[in-house]
Amino acid sequence: MIGLRYVYAVCRPFGTPLQAQLAGVAGDPPRLLHHHGLVAVVSHVPERDFAEEPLRRHLEDLDWLTGTVRAHQSVIDALTVVTTPLPLRLGTVFRDDSGVRVMIEEREESFRRTLDRLQDRVEWGVKVYAETPAPDRAEPAETPARPVSGRDYLRQRRQSVRSHEEMWQQAEAFATRLHETLSGYAEDARLHAPQNPTLSGASGKNILNAAYLVPRGESEEFVEMVDRTKGELPGMRVELTGPWAAYSFAGEEQQP
Amino acid sequence: MTVIERREVALVDLLDRLLAGGVVITGDITLRIADVDLVRIDLNALISSVNAQVPSPWEELL
Repeated sequence: MIGLRYVYAVCRPFGTPLQAQLAGVAGDPPRLLHHHGLVAVVSHVPERDFAEEPLRRHLEDLDWLTGTVRAHQSVIDALTVVTTPLPLRLGTVFRDDSGVRVMIEEREESFRRTLDRLQDRVEWGVKVYAETPAPDRAEPAETPARPVSGRDYLRQRRQSVRSHEEMWQQAEAFATRLHETLSGYAEDARLHAPQNPTLSGASGKNILNAAYLVPRGESEEFVEMVDRTKGELPGMRVELTGPWAAYSFAGEEQQP
Repeated sequence: MTVIERREVALVDLLDRLLAGGVVITGDITLRIADVDLVRIDLNALISSVNAQVPSPWEELL
């Protein structure tokens, strides 16, 4: 057996060739495996890295993960140019081509339904960060360095806490309103967990991390809608990413 | 085709989608490290590896 099969996505057959010089995961350019009127996009990957145990170990290696994630994404990106791919979860590996074919046969109907639902749709990511000052620095400027009495201290403390709470309430209200507006426009929406600042390196607290499914043709309007909210409320930062393949909407079946 | 110009995509945004999104296929035929919460486990490991490696900003790691 020569290598395992790493599957990126399942699509319907497409006429346009994939962009040349696509390295793929493990440096193996993606190949198309046609079966039952569907196409699995596949790389041949070595067992020493992609068998269960080494793969598990690799996933905790930041450099390896970064390289693999980027290679995976570049294939999905290239597919997005020529078709609407149904992306699979990172690290979906089969023993051989026949394993991939069996998988297609078993899930054929579900793949077709999901591909229909996602046809010509893209995903947009919207994140909201609240750049509120730390509680200590939220004290009003006129606060004396040393409160004259315990009662004054408590009053100042209460004021500070209150203004801090108000900021958070405003931030939450802003994020909720934005999510409602965008959900109303999009066909579907998903909330991701707020991002960890250690990983993202972003400043401010991530209070909304959402994905929206939008018809490709309506994307421009969606982007404008997001852009208009930037600068609407001081201290709030709105970030847009995309267009993505519909990763966040591939996972679950939805009956119309 | 793209509405906005594509910048370098942040790794965290990719992880949100590649580790938490996409079709999950399980069964005997896959070697997928299935049935674990990839996001939790690996992000915790990553965060500790970031803390061990850095002081530098995240982007410079990439």
